[in-house]
Amino acid sequence: MSDHDYTPKSKFGKWFNDRLPLLTLSNHLAEYPTPKNLNYWWTFGGILTFCLIAQIITGLILAMHYIASADLAFGSVEHIMRDVNYGWLIRYVHANGASMFFLAVYIHIFRSLYYGSYKSPREIIWIIGMIIYFLMMATAFMGYVLPWGQMSFWGATVITNLFSAIPLVGESITNWLWGGYAVDNPTLIRFYSLHYLFPFLIFGLVILHIWALHVPGNNNPIGIDIKKPSKDTVPFHPYIVVKDLFALLIFLIVFAFFVFYSPNILGHADNYIEANPLVTPAHIVPEWYLLPFYAILRSIPDKLFGVIAMFAAIFVLVILPWLDTSKVRSAIFRPLYKQFYWFLVADVLILGYVGAMPAEGLYLLVARVATAYYFLHFLVILPLLGAKEKTLDIPLSLTEPVLGGSLNESMAKNKKEI
Amino acid sequence: MAEDKKTNRRDFIFTASYALGAVGVGAVAWPLIDQMNPDASVKALASTEVDISGVEKGQSITVLWRGKPVFIRRRTEEEITKAKDVKLDDLPHPETDEERAKNPEWLVMLGVCTHLGCVPLGDKGEYGGWFCPCHGSHYDTSGRIRKGPAPTNMEVPKYEFVNSNTIKIG
Amino acid sequence: MKNFFKFFLFFKIFLLFSFNLIAAEQSNKLLDPVWSFKGFFGKFDRAQLQRGYQVYTEVCAACHSMKYLSYRNLSQPGGPEFSEQQAKIIASQFEVTDGPNNDGEMFTRPARLSDKFVGPYPNDQAATAANGGAYPPDMSVLVKARQGGADYIYSVLMGYEDPPSDITLDDGVYYNKYMPGNKIKMSKPLMEGAVDYADGTVTSEEQMAKDVVAFLAWAAEPHLEARHKIGFRAMIYLFIITILVYFSMKKLWSRIESKV
Repeated sequence: MSDHDYTPKSKFGKWFNDRLPLLTLSNHLAEYPTPKNLNYWWTFGGILTFCLIAQIITGLILAMHYIASADLAFGSVEHIMRDVNYGWLIRYVHANGASMFFLAVYIHIFRSLYYGSYKSPREIIWIIGMIIYFLMMATAFMGYVLPWGQMSFWGATVITNLFSAIPLVGESITNWLWGGYAVDNPTLIRFYSLHYLFPFLIFGLVILHIWALHVPGNNNPIGIDIKKPSKDTVPFHPYIVVKDLFALLIFLIVFAFFVFYSPNILGHADNYIEANPLVTPAHIVPEWYLLPFYAILRSIPDKLFGVIAMFAAIFVLVILPWLDTSKVRSAIFRPLYKQFYWFLVADVLILGYVGAMPAEGLYLLVARVATAYYFLHFLVILPLLGAKEKTLDIPLSLTEPVLGGSLNESMAKNKKEI
Repeated sequence: MAEDKKTNRRDFIFTASYALGAVGVGAVAWPLIDQMNPDASVKALASTEVDISGVEKGQSITVLWRGKPVFIRRRTEEEITKAKDVKLDDLPHPETDEERAKNPEWLVMLGVCTHLGCVPLGDKGEYGGWFCPCHGSHYDTSGRIRKGPAPTNMEVPKYEFVNSNTIKIG
Repeated sequence: MKNFFKFFLFFKIFLLFSFNLIAAEQSNKLLDPVWSFKGFFGKFDRAQLQRGYQVYTEVCAACHSMKYLSYRNLSQPGGPEFSEQQAKIIASQFEVTDGPNNDGEMFTRPARLSDKFVGPYPNDQAATAANGGAYPPDMSVLVKARQGGADYIYSVLMGYEDPPSDITLDDGVYYNKYMPGNKIKMSKPLMEGAVDYADGTVTSEEQMAKDVVAFLAWAAEPHLEARHKIGFRAMIYLFIITILVYFSMKKLWSRIESKV
């Protein structure tokens, strides 16, 4: 990389940089050669960084007013909504921010799946990403418990009871998680503590994620290795920055629409009823972003295997770089994979949908088929495709398909729009 | 010429973006800052009523108002005379006793030392009033600073006699 | 770019679709009167909120608490906007327990603006016991705590009917068209002329139901008007800056495009 040549212009800058090379770092980030054919699906990394920071800031503020106590939590949230200056705004941004965060992360993950960004040499980026995703789910789940409404309480009860499926030690583990014999005050307080901690773990992992990205550099829609810096790249600043910013603003319009005009549509009405350990709501539904996994859990009739299947659904993603044996990254050059990719997208959406429905009759049947297909995709179809699929010819550099004017649709589109 | 125009327009768009961006950052920053200000429920507790029927001459009570102690002292004749006899020139923060105690028998003031916020002790100090143990400020029988590092007299809050037995502070 | 929007649209439709389906499980389609507070510029009707408060306090408050509201809320902007003096008078009609005093004893005094709404029962158990084993829910956030929101509460209020012949009801259980399961332990609360409106509005059942539901909607979301107002400004701002950044981006990238 070109970093080594960098010397700050000012004398003080040089003095400082010799001792702590922050200026070298910022220069590296600004100059970072980025493939110039990145499309808008690549802007979600920046959007996610924004989401994380927004969640941390609003979360810190909520923590100034929230009380982690089974007796007072619900009331303290109402206090935030009613009395704290702009408290309603901050809480709605935080609550809807979680949904927007997941929306962005799903797009980010599916972009990676489409363009094969998880493949060599980017396996570590992918695995760190999966750990971040897993921590995000844990954080979001614990955050949802904090308002101490009915869904908070019963969601916490159901999810922590997953661990009771573990043979022999299951009950001890759940009691350990709860700090009692059911979800109660101690559970709430520890969830609060961890909900506060995890975002900072995520933040650390995001730094590693970006670090790991900057070693091989970005993948791109064509999926070929790019010489950097070269004619095929642009410096990150200002070209990618402004593009990310534009996409972020579009994203913020959607975000703001939720916050200001339908702040509760993504939540569940029952969570405005204070937790009551004696009454379970008629439908327990997790937040939408957990629904596919919830559907997988419920589709298996056995308690233990249901839990295993649910965690396996995440684990297959972790080992994906070794399940997908095709050397070709981008789906653009993989006609068969492209079709299966869209099947998978549909499959996950179907799982999400049936996850919100009662687990009975047709819904259950659909959930089972969709669960089976999910695992089939990763465990059977991907390895087979790697061996059997006949891929299209891959261009040698980015400039080639542009001049040829074919093959890469997204590049052509880019040119039209920008 | 054409080149110039082009540059100008580009500069305009960049400048406008930056300027509008700064406005946006400011607008977002305000709620994040304002949330730490006293909230509506705190502001609503701005006044409190105190029953003073049981206070004898020479006694004082301390009540909590807005999270701070308020001294309510029923002064003796001697204390009142002492407070009135002081020449204004001798005071670091000149205020007459009449200005501080509407009804000379009752002195109502925030029991907070104006130096760094400690609570002064009653019936102590070289002037027969209050003495702050933290950094040695002496207050007289009207709660005025006489000696020590405190810059001003102890603050008199807004209060009124609802009736002869009740004071409303705030 | 097109894909980008398509994706969002798709996601949103998907979400709305699934929520509607959940809602559709409820037996009857809810009544949906026109609410002044719905929509992008929705605002509460002050007079309606004041009437609604009257219905709440004269009818509902016999059983239902509103423990997260304070009397000061009645005069805050965006609400019923009683004058501060009126709110003080309203508050002073209620007795609250305060203390302990200097003798260590609790005492009662008239409520002040800073006090929370005084509830009808000392605790939830007493409320449950007094109502035949059915706890009358606290109404502070009731509108947000029910699927269907204001429409649902209004529908339940208007949904009392004679039970169909195939349903027999126990004592103290009533038939309601819109209640999930159609059985409700609350007797029909609003009868024509149950309250006297000072502004001369007719006290039909429908009118009182609308008024009280509007009041409850405000109680559940007291900053709704501020939210709509700030939201509108935020949207305008975002649209303008998005356009500006879009052109900035075009300008910047034109350097690259021309070099290729």
